[in-house]
Amino acid sequence: MYTKMLVLRFPRIITDKPIVCALSREFDLCFNILKAEILPGQEGIMVLELSGHKKNVNKGLRYLRSSGVKVKDVEQEIRRNGELCIQCGACTGICPTTALHINRETMEVIFDPKQCKGCALCVSVCPVRAMEIRFSKDKILGYRTP
Amino acid sequence: MADYQVNKTFKEINDRIRSGKAVVVTAEEMIGIVREKGRVAAAREVDVVTTGTFSPMCSSGAFINFGHSVPGIKASRVWLNGVPAYAGLAAVDIYIGATEPRVDDPLNKVYPGEFLYGGGHVIQDLVAGKDVVLTADAYGTHCYPNRHIEKKIRLEQLSFAQLCNPRNACQNYNCAVNLTDKTVYTYMGTLRPRLGNANYCTSGQLSPLFNDPYYMTIGVGTRIFLGGGEGYVACAGTQHDPDVPRTERGVPRKAAGTLMVMGDLKGMSPRWLVGVSILGYGCSMAVGIGVPIPILNEEIAFYTGVSDEDIVTQVVDYGKAYPKGKAGVLAEVTYAQLKSGSIKLEGRDVPTAPLSSYVRAREIAGELKAWIKSGRFLLGEPQKLLPS
Repeated sequence: MYTKMLVLRFPRIITDKPIVCALSREFDLCFNILKAEILPGQEGIMVLELSGHKKNVNKGLRYLRSSGVKVKDVEQEIRRNGELCIQCGACTGICPTTALHINRETMEVIFDPKQCKGCALCVSVCPVRAMEIRFSKDKILGYRTP
Repeated sequence: MADYQVNKTFKEINDRIRSGKAVVVTAEEMIGIVREKGRVAAAREVDVVTTGTFSPMCSSGAFINFGHSVPGIKASRVWLNGVPAYAGLAAVDIYIGATEPRVDDPLNKVYPGEFLYGGGHVIQDLVAGKDVVLTADAYGTHCYPNRHIEKKIRLEQLSFAQLCNPRNACQNYNCAVNLTDKTVYTYMGTLRPRLGNANYCTSGQLSPLFNDPYYMTIGVGTRIFLGGGEGYVACAGTQHDPDVPRTERGVPRKAAGTLMVMGDLKGMSPRWLVGVSILGYGCSMAVGIGVPIPILNEEIAFYTGVSDEDIVTQVVDYGKAYPKGKAGVLAEVTYAQLKSGSIKLEGRDVPTAPLSSYVRAREIAGELKAWIKSGRFLLGEPQKLLPS
């Protein structure tokens, strides 16, 4: 089993086409949509977890690209600014993958980038905006830069 | 007045602090001492217990005198980095409140609003030594003819900048959940639908007022750790309400006592006064507070031995009940349960999340302990205890 976390950008002209379902039907892949939105300019953005045989995943990625979807790996995209973080733990309540969690012995707030799926929910929930998206947010998820 | 086996006074404890002999422990360390040795022996051994809390605390702000310009101005409207300050005090006196957003903030027009900069951020910028742009408008008077000024101010140049927070260090607070089918954005954080998470907001066994539940040692003039510097308890805070249901050992089951605190901003640090943005709710400021509790007798020793297992709070639905002003209490849980990472509600395991930093609270209790042990921080004997 091979898994990839991806940010997909759908240009305006293809947002009305069924594309993601083909990953399942044609390439025998399993997908999990963590976030999907259509931006005001009608461009679509999706954070997607894709898993299956490595060969099929690569075929699926080729198919996405050939359909006009811009594909980006999200691994390591979210990072924590340790200088800003006040160790409160507000982020741990909304993190869907427990990448942000608390060490129960010390009550320290831990960020494990390996478990992060790049949904970016933590970015605006963090009261001191310590969670950052490494690349330009406008380019990747359409978030405003604080 | 109860008869105690141990009787100490503030003066005796301060003498021991001055001579470097005082025994000072944190509220966490005190739990084991009371359990092991009993309250009387603990009271004989320990002189001071230090507490700590670091959390967003609304009802915070600062009084600032920004100095006269030439020609003079009687400022009627004032902004600091675009954040409105209250100017209806005197010609150049203002109060900047932590929850005031910048005048051009889009607020919740694009929901949920981000509230990236507000009064709390202004205060943090000031204590960080940064320049802050002050703009003032006036209608002009004979003695103060200026109608508009704009200047940069910096904390070190101000003759008076006093943090003055009307309600801090709440003794207890609700644990918030959401029973509806939609995410809600509250002052208790983002709450996912259908009991997705349970947020709580005090440092529990380290929290100042949990360690002195009947305010036997805290009152007007109590010297405290405030924002990384020295501050004082001014009086009971707004919404201070000692008359709430309590457990057998005096722990209030819901919000009860509060503190109004003050201190010179110049001694404080941006590590302990931090502007915060609460998604969909507004801006505020996280404040670090530590209160030293003198162990005057064994009853106080007993109270400072409180642990997370002894502290309870109410789980309240912030999806529907709370906004409508209904009680909406779903359960009572202990802080030990909250801190374990999940609580059982309606047959489900609901993950918990703190909004108050336990790590930083522990750091404050440790820092205050070090200050007292070094002899540089003496206890302030209250002139009047808080209403209990």
